[in-house]
Amino acid sequence: MRRRTCIITYYGYMDGSGEYYIVIDSSICDGCGLCVGQCPKKIIETAKAMIDIEEKIVATVKEEHRKNIKYECLPCKPDKETPPCVSVCKNNAIRIIWKAKA
Amino acid sequence: MPFAGIDMGIQNVKVVILDDDGKILARSISPSGFEPAKAAEQTFREALSNAGIRRDDIKHVTATGAGLDMALEADSTISMVAADAKAGVYLLPSARTVIDVGAEESRIVVCDERGNVLDFTLNERCAAGSGAFLEAMARALEVRIEEMGELSLKAKGTASISATCVIFGETDVVSLIHRQEPKHEIARAIYDALAERIISMVHRVGLKPSVILVGGVAKDIGFTAALRRKLEAEIFVPNYPEYAGALGAALHALAKAGGNIQ
Amino acid sequence: MIEGSQQYWRWREYHLVFPEKRPKQSSIITAGVDIGSVSSKAVIMVNGEIYSISIMRTGSSSPDSAKKVMEWALKDTELKLSDIHYIVGTGYGRVNVPMAHNTLTEIACHAKGANYIWGPTVRTILDVGGQDIKAIKCDEKGKVLSFLMNDKCAAGTGRGMEVLADLLKIPIEEMGAVSLNVDEEPEPVSCTCVAFARTEAMWLLRRGWTKEKVLAAYMRAMAIRMCNLLQRVGCESELAVTGGQSKNVGIISRVESLLGMKTLPMPEWEKDGRDPMAAGAIGAALFAKALHEKAKK
Repeated sequence: MRRRTCIITYYGYMDGSGEYYIVIDSSICDGCGLCVGQCPKKIIETAKAMIDIEEKIVATVKEEHRKNIKYECLPCKPDKETPPCVSVCKNNAIRIIWKAKA
Repeated sequence: MPFAGIDMGIQNVKVVILDDDGKILARSISPSGFEPAKAAEQTFREALSNAGIRRDDIKHVTATGAGLDMALEADSTISMVAADAKAGVYLLPSARTVIDVGAEESRIVVCDERGNVLDFTLNERCAAGSGAFLEAMARALEVRIEEMGELSLKAKGTASISATCVIFGETDVVSLIHRQEPKHEIARAIYDALAERIISMVHRVGLKPSVILVGGVAKDIGFTAALRRKLEAEIFVPNYPEYAGALGAALHALAKAGGNIQ
Repeated sequence: MIEGSQQYWRWREYHLVFPEKRPKQSSIITAGVDIGSVSSKAVIMVNGEIYSISIMRTGSSSPDSAKKVMEWALKDTELKLSDIHYIVGTGYGRVNVPMAHNTLTEIACHAKGANYIWGPTVRTILDVGGQDIKAIKCDEKGKVLSFLMNDKCAAGTGRGMEVLADLLKIPIEEMGAVSLNVDEEPEPVSCTCVAFARTEAMWLLRRGWTKEKVLAAYMRAMAIRMCNLLQRVGCESELAVTGGQSKNVGIISRVESLLGMKTLPMPEWEKDGRDPMAAGAIGAALFAKALHEKAKK
């Protein structure tokens, strides 16, 4: 079986307190924008993927919010619940990694 | 009988002496230097002489601060978070959120009316959320840190710098200088960046009024102005905000050894 | 040079031309210009092979840096700027490359460049730049499959190393070797913050630590950060290191021992220009060739 090619971008960071990423696979994201409307902090937008040289429009995290994910995403309680941006995606193109150190 | 609190800060050692009614008898401060234990001994002696009492008069000594293990012989210790909460409520009885911005560490502490800690957050061993950020930026801007606050008040807010890292912030300041941005605008951008960083910490624990700002950086008018601009809440800044940790420790000593403060 | 006035952070800027690759009448001439936050790189290619390369410090203005680094790459060649058929700009300052026909992100360019430098077996790239650390996974053609960047903090980046070099008064290009000059690898420092290193490193030195040991403790902590990023994207063999820190043996050897995996060897870049520090510019020049050929059709 041939493995599907993923084009994955990790938006976020790792610091002394843990790891915080919104992970978007632009090979399966169709740019529908449902997640954009679901985000209470309006940190997601549809734009050209930064890792691909193709012109495809996909979901991305706005640049000014990428270094502040830990605080921006807190209202959705990503450590306990499935955030709306993840649950709304019909293609499962978006997920969250949230590992705060104790 | 008096009680003492000693705060072994990274930059300064602070001592507060209380009488058994919880009234402040004396304060003393000196740089920690490379031998914090010696500095502590000396600051303590100074405070005793300011209060006009002898070492044997002190009923109980509580120590706190980052260099706790270097402190002179203390009868008990208390965490910096707990000390902040106690001092916050003592200084402003309605305080429920204590923002402590120190030389290398910042803390946001949410507490109840008795000064018990309900929640807190720290700046995770990163200089970007502390006084060290201001010192490094003042160096890059080539102004004295004591003058930077006043300078920033003249600005309108036309510039901004990165708040995530001191080293990158310095690069930003240098490139703003190259672009001939006025110094007062850069100064304001520096304070705005630190204030934003602190506010994102406040949002993490959730703001509960009233808000009190303590720690050495609370004396910087540039910073208090930036925080007031950006935080949508009234902020109370006490006199001698840098003594909050030592005061909290002294209050602990008092409570521990049985005073009669409410 | 007088002790004290020495600029320990300063690394070598250079320009190399490979005359045996000089263009002929029908050659396709392309260029890649990578304006990073700390260094600017330009590569001129003739039929997809490196003819000239230049690396210098980025100045306060991106367009000026682009102009300067490109002029330097053209020096001692038989070419003028107008002889170049297609130029691709990349890097942090890519929107400010005035002579570029097109711009592409540095992530795509880095993967393409690593694929050119080491060949199709490269699967994972650790790029340690001036102000960020990137982990990139790619396929056998150099197409990006996965990407993660940490640009929130200077620890481990080129800027962070410059600060440490100044602090410990060790020339930056010797730091890697110096950090390996310890009897036993010390525990990593618990706090990697470069701003705090100013007080913490001094404190360690006063406690009797040697400079070498202090540096080793910092390098180890930074290597751990890099490995964390690599493990997050899933580090697959073969692993290549690009960017300024690719020449830092102190970092490379620690990353290798932490991952239990060898990195691809440093190519003989003085002979053919395949410098991992210029991977982005090399990739950009290759994309320029592809884009030029596409436009001609």
